[in-house]
Amino acid sequence: MGSADMRSFLAFLGRSLAAVLLSFAVSALIMLVSGYNPALAFASMIRGSFGSANSFANTLSKSVPLIFAGLACAYANKGGIFNIGCEGQLYMGAFVSTVTALSLRGMPRLFVIIASILTGMAAGAAVGSFNGFLKAKMKLNEVVVAIMLNYICRFFTSFFVSGILKDPDSETPQTLPVGEHYMFSKLIPKTQLTTALFLALIAALAMFFFFRETRAGYNVRAVGENGAAAEASGINVARTMILTMAVSGGLAGLTGVTEVFGKSERFIDGFSPGYGFTGIAIAFLAGNHPLGILLSALLFGIIQAGSMKMSYEAGVSTSMISVIQGLVILFVATPELVSIRIGRRRTA
Amino acid sequence: MNLIHQIFSMNMLLATLRMAIPLTLASIGGVICERSGIINLGVEGMMLSGAFGAVAGTYFTGSSLAGILFALLVGGLTGLLHAVLCIRFHTRQSVSGVGINILASGLTIVLCRAVWKRDGLSETVKQVPGISIPGLEKIPVIGRLFRGQSPYLYITVLIVIIAWFVMYRTNVGLRLRVIGDHPKAAEAAGVNVTKYRYVSVVLCGMLCGFAGSYLSIVQSNLFVKDMVAGRGYMALAATIFGGWNPAGSFLTALLFAFAQAIRINVSLNIPEQLLQMLPYVLTLLVLMGVGGRVRGPQASGDIKD
Repeated sequence: MGSADMRSFLAFLGRSLAAVLLSFAVSALIMLVSGYNPALAFASMIRGSFGSANSFANTLSKSVPLIFAGLACAYANKGGIFNIGCEGQLYMGAFVSTVTALSLRGMPRLFVIIASILTGMAAGAAVGSFNGFLKAKMKLNEVVVAIMLNYICRFFTSFFVSGILKDPDSETPQTLPVGEHYMFSKLIPKTQLTTALFLALIAALAMFFFFRETRAGYNVRAVGENGAAAEASGINVARTMILTMAVSGGLAGLTGVTEVFGKSERFIDGFSPGYGFTGIAIAFLAGNHPLGILLSALLFGIIQAGSMKMSYEAGVSTSMISVIQGLVILFVATPELVSIRIGRRRTA
Repeated sequence: MNLIHQIFSMNMLLATLRMAIPLTLASIGGVICERSGIINLGVEGMMLSGAFGAVAGTYFTGSSLAGILFALLVGGLTGLLHAVLCIRFHTRQSVSGVGINILASGLTIVLCRAVWKRDGLSETVKQVPGISIPGLEKIPVIGRLFRGQSPYLYITVLIVIIAWFVMYRTNVGLRLRVIGDHPKAAEAAGVNVTKYRYVSVVLCGMLCGFAGSYLSIVQSNLFVKDMVAGRGYMALAATIFGGWNPAGSFLTALLFAFAQAIRINVSLNIPEQLLQMLPYVLTLLVLMGVGGRVRGPQASGDIKD
């Protein structure tokens, strides 16, 4: 790493840390004003996520879907596309992978799991590349299209799991279970930590090397940084954009796959607590760096895993995690604000 | 025959109008905001803030009017946050909007628990009463449009007319439309673009807050967790489908509301998810150029100084 690279890396690190600290500070202020004890709240949160081996395992398991969601957003960001369609893509991924597993029941375990992962990714990729196609070929704003697709996917899956694919014995709209046999193996019994963690780590590493070492990765970044220049240098911009969204959608699809095969065992209507949106915060916080995403996903995993204990001990609503998450997005996306604060402190 | 009667009944008309109110208000907010060159994905969060503000205001003062004013204030402040971030600090507009939505979703629930010690819902408060217009209410059949309806219905129609008139018949509206397409040209012609943008985004926030208050203290009498339930995004779709025109927003809101009203009031054999999906499919088709070109404000979304 050259010294200029180093300096920009440190500046980025400083901004991200400042954004996180500011978010926690504002959250503490909100808790104080609302009559809670922020010190107790944060202490409980830490205890809830690190208190025992099992609770730490659950923290890690909460981070797994977040890693995929973060990678999905980051991959699109690198290519200059803001993918807020992860939510729809992950619903389709979860849905199609569940249907795959249900229709292959009785087949060998490894075959079913791999087929489910691949079809889930393909479903997410299909939605993503459609979004990318509309941006690249029809010059539509990808964000607006993504919002429409999010709802279309959400209601599309809801239609099936409330109707022909609904588990007849269940009150709520959900499919039949895919069967314990076809789930990811648990790493630690009685926790939700499964081998999906390795899948997430592999995805992050693969993305890291893809952008560092390959020509295709370079092309994606080139299109993201300057589409016109990339076009001039002979890169097929439209094709790159569509492929970028396909990969991003595939990663988002994996978020849904790991949710089904690592946790819920079936497709449950409306299961996502907004993973796609948390992914945006995670990607921005990590500056879209695949390895940084492991860290920022862990941070959000800690916040989510600790929220129950925080609520129980300090009385704060578990929704405080949304407050922190929203603030992180706003602060990270506003580098000028954060650097002004730091700048002032330095000159003072 | 029975079905036709159900669909074209006075009840359906009234239900459609009622459901169109929050969509119309928020969608016109979106029109004003996007015409000034700022994309506002935070409509959902601004409506939610308004819904909460209205209940809190009514709860603490005992007055519906104070509740509504408080909703306008809270909505306006959320709008101001978006404006300051986007205009002063050049935050990416879509990102700011998403952040505001998540923040509002969390903060309203945290404050709910802090104030009422309950999870995800408030205590009940006084509802805004309906009004009847003397004379008009006596007319056969259509008299029902003027009997016991919420004042929001008439205010919304008034806002549609005013917004349309200002946008297409006044200098202020002309400038706003120019800013949306050619901010540089407007600037060169001596228009204070920044001022227009701040006012537009804050106004959008207030309209969203007002729309939110309809959900919490008119349609209902309490705040419930995430009670906007996607109506903000639907309003955004109505902004686009309506061609960034207040009258278009109103007509689109009526169309979307009609689909929702059918879902609730008519026993059709169409699965409800397909009806719920309809606004988004229609908007996507319109965006894709099926049935004519739509062109939004050309410079919407990029502020580069």
